[in-house]
Amino acid sequence: MIEIIQLTKSFGRCKALDNISLSMQQGQAISLLGPNGSGKTTLIKSILGLVIPEKGTIRINGQAVKKDWAYRSNIGYMPQIGRYPENMTIEQVINMIREIRRDHTVYDEDLLKGFGLDKVRHKMMRNLSGGTRQKVSASLAFLFSPGIYILDEPTAGLDPVSSELLKDKIAQELSRGKLVLITSHVLSDLEGIASHIVYLQDGRLMFYKSVEALQATTGEERLNKVIARVMQTELPASSYAV
Amino acid sequence: MKTIIKYVLLDLLKNKIILVYTLILAVLAVSVLNLDGNPSKGLLSLLNITLLFVPIITILFATIYFFNSIEFTELLLSQPINRKSVLLAEYTGVAVSLSAAYAAGIGIPLLLLVSGTASLILVISGLLLTLIFSSLALLIFVLCRDKTRGIGAAIITALFFSLLFDGLLIGLIYSFGEYPIEKMVLGAITLNPIDLARVLMLLQLDVAVLMGYSGALFKKFLGSAAGSIFAVSCLLCWMIVPLLLSVRVFNRKNL
Repeated sequence: MIEIIQLTKSFGRCKALDNISLSMQQGQAISLLGPNGSGKTTLIKSILGLVIPEKGTIRINGQAVKKDWAYRSNIGYMPQIGRYPENMTIEQVINMIREIRRDHTVYDEDLLKGFGLDKVRHKMMRNLSGGTRQKVSASLAFLFSPGIYILDEPTAGLDPVSSELLKDKIAQELSRGKLVLITSHVLSDLEGIASHIVYLQDGRLMFYKSVEALQATTGEERLNKVIARVMQTELPASSYAV
Repeated sequence: MKTIIKYVLLDLLKNKIILVYTLILAVLAVSVLNLDGNPSKGLLSLLNITLLFVPIITILFATIYFFNSIEFTELLLSQPINRKSVLLAEYTGVAVSLSAAYAAGIGIPLLLLVSGTASLILVISGLLLTLIFSSLALLIFVLCRDKTRGIGAAIITALFFSLLFDGLLIGLIYSFGEYPIEKMVLGAITLNPIDLARVLMLLQLDVAVLMGYSGALFKKFLGSAAGSIFAVSCLLCWMIVPLLLSVRVFNRKNL
């Protein structure tokens, strides 16, 4: 469970996050939407402790994020761009993360095997394509079966088969009551996964609603149509409430 | 922390630039030592090579490596591990591999051709310079926002210490030559790790003519032994202070 209370962060004069409060529960698949530069990545990085907020608190399962780092053992993070030390093999990267997280002894290797990475585990990272590196990132995020998944553009650069595999895996984890926070510009990829939508614009939270509620108010079925309709109607101020 | 050091080392030992650096140092060492019949002269040439190449190559390589692994650092930081360990582990990995390259490239030929205290001191000076300039590279990495600025800052830092600083010092000595400025010059030398390394080596070689103004001052005021200890402690400060500063800045940095 992630609780964000009045989070504010600015870079220079520009406010990347402006007084954001959100509460995300287990079992939810929250899709983080918004135009480029709306603060999605800053929000994700704040949750991970990579960006240090000016004001506000973030609590993960009741634990404040500020100084403590142990809470991160419950998070699986898949970054937007995965770059790894050039001369390491896939196997070495995976072993390294395993050795860092000694608190886990049971590994979820579904994705690792599903993507066929175990067959190319001796390949060096510098020889891998962008998509294969993305697969490594995904496998690492899911390796420790964490309670919370944070996925930044997970399907970008993946081929359709791998993309479906990843989506199935996300759905499977959701059914186990995990919390998934996902950003994607490919709305069709979120179809059937997202249960809630968080919409950010210029660092402000425009709305946080369940997909069913949005479908009901817009009268549309498909997610991209729902979002298009919401954006056309200029995001009414009343939609701040959950 | 040990885990990260281990894997950074595994990555860097396969790095081609490190291998080439080792080879070039070794070729230079062997050729310089064979060229001169007098081992003391050979050591001096090697000292000059060390003072010229080690700072700039170390700081450039380390800065580029730190900036290239920024996404990887982010991934590490999303794991349950604190920032200080990640940063210091990366520093250790880079500093150890560059030191190993220097020790192998210069140290082994010296051991085979001119073993002795003076050679040992030369290797120690080179290693200290490697540690210092990796540490300065780390500071540049945490202070600069992007790679281009970082590399620029690295080049300026290396050029400042290897060229500009001595020019300023000479200017100072010329302008205030009439006054008793020996202690001030002595103090100024501690502000440049490259000068400190030079003095450390020259005190050992005991070549009064070649020592120059700074070396002679060190000898006059501190004597060989005290001078050496003083120089080494200053060099260690040059390594530790930037490291501590980097950790402080990094703990508050937005990635």
